[in-house]
Amino acid sequence: MAAWPAITDIAEGVKTGRLKAVEQVKQSLKAIDDAAEYKAIIAKTEKRALERAEELDKRISNGETVGRLAGVPFIAKDNFLAYGADTTAASNILKGFDAPYQATAIERLEDEGAICVAKANLDAFAHGSSTENSDFFTTLNPHDKTRVPGGSSGGSATSVVLDMVPFAIGTDTGGSIRQPASFTGAVGYKPTYGLVSRSGVVAMASSTDVIGPLAKTTKDAAMVLDAMAGQDTLDSTTIERDDSYADLSASLKGKKIGVIKEYMSEGLDKDVKKQIDEAIAKLKEAGVEISEVSLPSLPLALAVYYIIMPAEVSSNLSRYDGQRFGYTYEKAKDLDESYSKSRSKGFGREAKRRIMIGTYVLSSGYYDAYYKKAQTVRTKLINEFNEAFSNVDFLLGPTTPTTAFKIGENTDDPLKMYLSDIMTVAANLTGVPAISIPAGEVDGLPVGLQLMAAQSRDKQLLQLAKAAEALW
Amino acid sequence: MSYNYHIMAKFTREDVLKLAKLAKLELSDDEVGSFAVELKEILGYVEQLQDVDIEGLEPTSQVTGLTNITRADEVVDYGVTPQELLKNVPAVKDGQIKVKRVL
Repeated sequence: MAAWPAITDIAEGVKTGRLKAVEQVKQSLKAIDDAAEYKAIIAKTEKRALERAEELDKRISNGETVGRLAGVPFIAKDNFLAYGADTTAASNILKGFDAPYQATAIERLEDEGAICVAKANLDAFAHGSSTENSDFFTTLNPHDKTRVPGGSSGGSATSVVLDMVPFAIGTDTGGSIRQPASFTGAVGYKPTYGLVSRSGVVAMASSTDVIGPLAKTTKDAAMVLDAMAGQDTLDSTTIERDDSYADLSASLKGKKIGVIKEYMSEGLDKDVKKQIDEAIAKLKEAGVEISEVSLPSLPLALAVYYIIMPAEVSSNLSRYDGQRFGYTYEKAKDLDESYSKSRSKGFGREAKRRIMIGTYVLSSGYYDAYYKKAQTVRTKLINEFNEAFSNVDFLLGPTTPTTAFKIGENTDDPLKMYLSDIMTVAANLTGVPAISIPAGEVDGLPVGLQLMAAQSRDKQLLQLAKAAEALW
Repeated sequence: MSYNYHIMAKFTREDVLKLAKLAKLELSDDEVGSFAVELKEILGYVEQLQDVDIEGLEPTSQVTGLTNITRADEVVDYGVTPQELLKNVPAVKDGQIKVKRVL
């Protein structure tokens, strides 16, 4: 399948009538079918997509004004409530859930004329780093079918890299946009916490969940962010946005980037390190001031995350009780049995594991030792990030310590699987924006470079990423 | 800090079952066995936080700095009917969610 033009070019073509929205949607649906063997997609929203495209083309031929993403097809991770297909979060317990309303992010993209064509695979409830925890099937890495695409937004990343759509949207609670972007060679953007409304998205860990785009270029990712960002009365954690994220012209000269010492040391694959070092050298040549920055508490971030996240997961997943939506155990003799049987048969192993850990760290007697302690170490981490950003504009490191691992390689060892998030969780705990952009390959597998900025400096971060992209 | 080590050391099948009851989960024998091992391993990993010096620091529960976000107490019409909101409910009677007997 041919690569898509830039999003602005597609939208411009559709607006002027040179391109038809219907043709864009058909091309996308065909690309999805052609790449079915990669198992990136849970369901197509074909009927609704074609209807919306026809309506859009009609409005354009009537001379009506349409949005900035007119006729641009996209794929949503299946934890976004959307019309046209079930919303399952790749879980058995939500199978057959027919969303009565749409996520704000989807509504805003549709308001700009974008068209959702399919729902992408993920680790069930976004719990995982490989899509192997999907209750349905595992998505294959577009560069090597024996390897994982990363996760949890593995279906979204794969769909973009295989040119099914110009962009996809995902969620990032501990790295779930950036890690699959890194493993597949996409651009993955995690905005500042609160910048995009989470209304209508299946909640995982509410204090770190964010929504963001996956695309082929930073420019396209920025266009998508521009359409989704901003306050929403349906999500009281949303923050004020910048006027625009679409204008990314800026020079690299004189920008200060701190290379994160803790990410460049032990545990980092030497070939991945080589690619990152080369990228640093190119940034230096382009006039960036490079220094080394140490955040001493960074090695603790994963431990903090694996207390706070399951605690919030156990709380958020308590709403799956078999009464109001989702799978229900019909033969229960009373309410209590209905709760426990519905949950036990509906949830997969990883969801249960996280509910168990979360319940433990929140339980009376252990709350202070685990949960409160983790929240306090989180403060320490935030303080160190704040101090770093008082000295440099951006932080840099790899997105993941290795390239994509083999399917089945980590499934028997949950802790080893959790360790693949080691370089991504800190941005979630501190709420800062972070992006993964492709930076070379090792043995045919993509390497991701991660860049971070202080909270609400999303525009500056996107400007940096776009300028960096042009260097290699 | 030895009490945490103590917690770890006795992560038994009974502990797993007690926890499962709190979480309203019924686990298979196989799940109980592997969770006893895995939870011990995972909680052993996060144990590294116990020695961190947090003197003078407050816990962080959210990172936006926003406080007291309120909205007007008004009915907003989102164009969704109660019937539509009930369409995913397993059992409905007279527009209400029907559950199994409590006692």
